Amino acid sequence: MNIWELDALELGKRIKDREIGVAEAADALLDRIEATDGEVNAYVSTFRQEAAARAQQVQKMVDAGEGKGPLFGVPVSVKDNICVKGMTTTCGSRMLYNFRPPYNATVTDCLDKAGAVIVGKLNMDEFAMGSTTETSYMGVCKNPWDTSRVPGGSSGGAAAAVAASEAFYALGTDTGGSIRQPASFCGVTGIKPTYGTVSRYGVVAYASSLDQVGTLGRDAATVAASLDIITAKDAKDSTSVAHPDGGFYESLSGDIKGMRIGLPTDYFGEGLDPQVKEKVLAAAKQLEQLGAHVEEFPMPIVEYVVPAYYIISCAEASSNLSRYDGVKYGFRAEHYEDLYDLYLKSRSQGFGMEVKRRIMLGNFVLSSGYYDAYYNKALKVRALIKKAFDEAFQKYDMLLGPVAPTTALKIGENLDDPLKMYLGDIYTVSVNLAGLPGLSAPCGFDGQGLPVGMQLIGPAFGEKRLLNAAYAYQQVTDFHQKKPQ
Amino acid sequence: MKYEIVVGLEVHVELSTKTKIFCSCTTEFGGEPNTHCCPVCTGMPGTLPVLNQSVVEYAIRAGLATNCAITRNTKFDRKNYFYPDLPKAYQISQLYLPICRNGGIEIQVGDQKKVIGIHEIHMEEDAGKLVHDPLEDCTLADYNRCGVPLLEIVSEPDFRSAEEVLAYLEKLKATLQYIGVSDCKMQEGSLRADVNLSVRPVGAQQFGTRTEMKNMNSFKAIARAIQSEADRQIGLLESGGQVIQETRRWDDNKGDSFAMRSKENAQDYRYFPEPDLPPVCISEEWIDRVRKGLPELPDQKLKRYTQELGLSEYDTRMIIGTKAMADFFEATVTLCGQPKEVANWIMGDIFRRLNETDTQPEDMALKPEQLAKLIGLVEKNVINRNTAKSVFEAVFTQGVDPEVYVKEQGLEMVSDTGMVEAVIQKALEQNPQSVADYKGGKQKAFGFLVGQCMKELKGKADPKQINELLHKALGD
Repeated sequence: MNIWELDALELGKRIKDREIGVAEAADALLDRIEATDGEVNAYVSTFRQEAAARAQQVQKMVDAGEGKGPLFGVPVSVKDNICVKGMTTTCGSRMLYNFRPPYNATVTDCLDKAGAVIVGKLNMDEFAMGSTTETSYMGVCKNPWDTSRVPGGSSGGAAAAVAASEAFYALGTDTGGSIRQPASFCGVTGIKPTYGTVSRYGVVAYASSLDQVGTLGRDAATVAASLDIITAKDAKDSTSVAHPDGGFYESLSGDIKGMRIGLPTDYFGEGLDPQVKEKVLAAAKQLEQLGAHVEEFPMPIVEYVVPAYYIISCAEASSNLSRYDGVKYGFRAEHYEDLYDLYLKSRSQGFGMEVKRRIMLGNFVLSSGYYDAYYNKALKVRALIKKAFDEAFQKYDMLLGPVAPTTALKIGENLDDPLKMYLGDIYTVSVNLAGLPGLSAPCGFDGQGLPVGMQLIGPAFGEKRLLNAAYAYQQVTDFHQKKPQ
Repeated sequence: MKYEIVVGLEVHVELSTKTKIFCSCTTEFGGEPNTHCCPVCTGMPGTLPVLNQSVVEYAIRAGLATNCAITRNTKFDRKNYFYPDLPKAYQISQLYLPICRNGGIEIQVGDQKKVIGIHEIHMEEDAGKLVHDPLEDCTLADYNRCGVPLLEIVSEPDFRSAEEVLAYLEKLKATLQYIGVSDCKMQEGSLRADVNLSVRPVGAQQFGTRTEMKNMNSFKAIARAIQSEADRQIGLLESGGQVIQETRRWDDNKGDSFAMRSKENAQDYRYFPEPDLPPVCISEEWIDRVRKGLPELPDQKLKRYTQELGLSEYDTRMIIGTKAMADFFEATVTLCGQPKEVANWIMGDIFRRLNETDTQPEDMALKPEQLAKLIGLVEKNVINRNTAKSVFEAVFTQGVDPEVYVKEQGLEMVSDTGMVEAVIQKALEQNPQSVADYKGGKQKAFGFLVGQCMKELKGKADPKQINELLHKALGD
């Protein structure tokens, strides 16, 4: 068996047992990427030299028996909006095509401490705005299951890399479904943790009150082990909190007897692909067989979540992305008349269509005279969404529903219809608005052989439940083990 | 028609915290360009602000010292605009829930006392500085000042004259210095004021259309700008014109203001709550602790100086006008224990010399120890008052030790009674006419004789002693 085919945890074990060298593992993965990524385009950049140097250091710790954690020495890949000191961090944008941060994101430091070897940066929708990874300035990323289709987004590169065995595990970010939806489209497992439990420092902001870093892997156990690495309170992030119930990997038991699972009927209504619905309901049955109590309940607020999400996320984005003005770093237009022209041309040429659309939308909803009608109203909806979830979690330990209305779309299918694309986020954005953890795990394939994902949503700090339920499910199913040809 | 002017002030004060408001860079003034900054204060992608708790503490202090209510749950907001000195293209400020509200400061102009309302005080970050390089014809950005903490103190439109504005600024400056939140150095830009001004016919209820003037770097410039802008607005109205709501830039050299942008072209700052910073909850205990730690404020000093130290209200106001002078006064009194004597020196020679040398009290070289010694020399009859004045000049200009100086220059008074009597005898012998005049009832002649003795003693005598011995010699 090739090294790149191994599961992350198995590789971690073999590195610890010194059957496989850290450098050997990194090299094998980089060779694999070189061989197959031409077709997938999951990577924006790879760091063979740096990885080799880093692997040596990590190997020394392994040799000294200092390796801690089940993923010590295992190569990792990170989304290109997470700063790695000295490495380009483009965010999939022309605007930052040459930006090399002189600092690490806190999650990058966490990976370092856990003996991870970063091999490359992953493709994404420009500034994480999109659900297809088609808006990347670095080229469209393709779904390894069908390269005429999108991998989802915005962490499309992360999901595609894991699915194509081009990554053992990956760090992504999720602002409105950007980890869960591509995980679903690519047949991998991914988690968006509780807001605040993973530091956002050094993660290029899209929408600050919604952004959260999470992990993607081939199975729930890998996701749990990798989430342990990055879950930490960080003094550099004022919205950071200590997770009161960490140690996810250790606590995986596979026992979900008596777990109360709610199925929000409004997540299964109009617009949901019947095949997706069927697979998710089948997963519910499976969980029931494992001892969980599954019950339907209404959650009508879902009708309002997409507009609320786009108003709040675009408002924050319009402000967060103002700093890209061609003055200090990144892209600057070649010819300009004066300061205003420098701003105008640099931003017109540096940003893609989708980013411009969201900046304009955000500026509109914040402008005087419209603030109350849009932004303030959206905040009220956000409060109602939180309340609806709070009430649901009085009765249920977690909720189960689809991740996205469909399986992976054809490339170009929704690109010119932003409204249709935005509506595809209907099942994921409320989790971000409420700051809750959400997990996506494979639960079958549609008639075309495309992966279908299910979504588990928990109360704040309920990651253990979600990971354990997915882990239990994966003990009795093999969807997560299937690989694209 | 008679007009009255209506003015409101927005005062920006740089806080004297050691580090910036959202990162740990130094706030020190000066420094090579872009050496006092980091990824956070230069707004690099992905970086996040972390609030410096001392800024909140300083803001609470300022709020309590200006009689404001402290907002228990205060929040930051983003003010969005593009400019190269603002690297994030938004300023973290406070719009919806500023930390202090509804305060006021009592001022006095002539005999009139008046309270100027303070609408709010909010915390925010300063921007960087742009420097135009004429050689290269380019503009360079220095981000050292980015993230230096500011308080913006917004008054109500309560001022009706330039004098009131100046009285308020002086009082505000002294108060902020007393509570140690800012050095308020206008020349370094750590205190800046924007003036909102309108005029209206006396007796009118409605406010006129206002203009905002920026870029004033001294109290004198503010006074000139107010007069000039009031004249301009009145002139416009008198000639049937209208005042346009706009922002104007004051040019103190030209003594005139120039339109910068009108209301129509005003920026829409698209304020919204700062999502990177959670609300700041201020407990009652915190406020109490700050209140207990507040030093004596100008109003309290006024009461103590006049009631306990016996100073006049006028002298007191002059002395407590700056923290530096009040500190000097109190330190000197502690050393020599003669408040009235110290006040007299300050009101007389010290203020005169500061004026003549155009020196601010905080930059004065004179030390409390020096003045205390000088006062002690007079008190102990080592030198007389006239000598003391010349010693003061030497102390003020050359920084000498008064005791050493008096010794070196041999300025001690002649206290040997026999020697004084000899000098008196000589004076009487040399001026028989004056003696005769005095005996004939001319009091003036006595003064002349005292002068002659003093001259003979080179001024180094106690006039009281001469008086006594002279009377005795004349047989009075």
